[in-house]
Amino acid sequence: MLIKRPDDILPSEITPRELFERRREFIKAAGAFALAAGLPPLALAREAFPSLQKGAHSTLEPPNSLRDITTYNNFVEFGFGGKSQPAERAGAMRTHPWTVSIEGLVHKPRTLAIEDILKIAPLEERIYRLRCVEGWSMVIPWVGFPLAALIKQVEPLGSAKYVEFITQTEPAAMPGLRLPYIDFPYTEGLRLDEALHPLTIMAVGLYGDVLPNQNGAPLRLVVPWKYGFKSGKSIVKIRFTDKPPRTSWNIAQPDEYGFYANVNPEVSHPRWSQEKERRIGEFFKRKTLPFNGYADLVAPLYAGMDLRKNY
Amino acid sequence: MQPTPPQLAVLKAALFAACLWPLAQLGWLAWKDGLGANPIEFITRHLGTWTLNFLLITLAVTPLRHLSGWHWLIRLRRMLGLYVFFYALLHFLTYLWLDQFFDWMSIVKDIAKRPFITAGFTAFLLLIPLAVTSNAAMLKRLGGRRWTQLHRSVYAIAIIGVVHYWWLVKKDITLPLLYAVLLGILLGFRALRLARERQRQLRAAIYENG
Repeated sequence: MLIKRPDDILPSEITPRELFERRREFIKAAGAFALAAGLPPLALAREAFPSLQKGAHSTLEPPNSLRDITTYNNFVEFGFGGKSQPAERAGAMRTHPWTVSIEGLVHKPRTLAIEDILKIAPLEERIYRLRCVEGWSMVIPWVGFPLAALIKQVEPLGSAKYVEFITQTEPAAMPGLRLPYIDFPYTEGLRLDEALHPLTIMAVGLYGDVLPNQNGAPLRLVVPWKYGFKSGKSIVKIRFTDKPPRTSWNIAQPDEYGFYANVNPEVSHPRWSQEKERRIGEFFKRKTLPFNGYADLVAPLYAGMDLRKNY
Repeated sequence: MQPTPPQLAVLKAALFAACLWPLAQLGWLAWKDGLGANPIEFITRHLGTWTLNFLLITLAVTPLRHLSGWHWLIRLRRMLGLYVFFYALLHFLTYLWLDQFFDWMSIVKDIAKRPFITAGFTAFLLLIPLAVTSNAAMLKRLGGRRWTQLHRSVYAIAIIGVVHYWWLVKKDITLPLLYAVLLGILLGFRALRLARERQRQLRAAIYENG
């Protein structure tokens, strides 16, 4: 039998450089299309961050579409009733002016305007996997900077062991606040060493542009090796403490949502398995990886800990 | 109000078509790419919701019949009941095929270990004998009394169905609660009638025995 070697790729088949560099324009066009289709105007790209550094630890997996990332969200302040509610309602949230109060066990407590926060460190593109505790995942090209850079500014005291992240409450814009299921403001927390880890970022953008409200504008936490609910959105307060902060979902259902909430295929949610996940846009489920595939970077943080107990 | 046989036939045909609306909706949304970022989840939820809707609609026939005096409504009940099974079957197939892709290991594990799936699967299994015995021939074969006894299991199925929904939601129980309340009203109506009937019989017995 004759085995035919495939020919080399013809020059005519290679995408011209100008074409593939037009990704941003395409996103803009997609945004305009979304606007025309009646989607929130936030999907409209404005190219807010033209010169981005390529950050470390980005995955090479293809990112989900801007539409998927901005229309399939959990942001309970805007309702518990469906993944499209945040996109429909979050436009009403005011994100300017925006200040973040950094307080607690630090040498230099301060209140920073979002404009100053944007100058703390060079902004980077970080393409991270996001795994939701509900069993789905996405790949998201965030724009942000390491949280460690922000922490350095306020100089934590030696007694600071944990960091608490508190989300905005704006009753007029957030109908979810009136529902009795969660103690608002939405509060999340990390151990200080988790917060200082180079993977942990504060995100201010998405796909090279400002963060849409439903994704946590103007400033949100992103901790890619933990279930998504750990990554608090629209942060207004960061507090350094010596005790583990009480976190919203943990207060609501302690047996289902632990403080650590590291992605772990071996520890089932009491009501469903975490062994597999559906990557949005894919048909077949894929295996969930320990620490969402970031084990080589973060597993040492939990050396000697029983991850079944500390779920 | 008593429709003539041709009127009833038209009504039945219209109802048959109307009951396909939720399925048509899915087809339409799929065609115009409107199922959202997680289409499989959307389809599963939609079919599950409509299974419960049809279950409640079916259970509403008897109370409605008694309240309105429109006894011909009973003639529509079998079709509604079969639609419950139809949507439950589609819901189950979506789980089997689209969600799990026939990963039997994980399906068995799910059914055994996830209470909400155990409940849903149980309700589905219990629906099968009702669907199988829904026609007149089976009614005749079983005899009215046994047939009625068998079909009373629909009350249990409805309760298990609502529990299945309740256990699945993350935190917001608004909708499961709504279904529970509606089901409570529909079952409560029957309980009340039964109690009244018992009382009436008791009084009659006392009167007779003097």
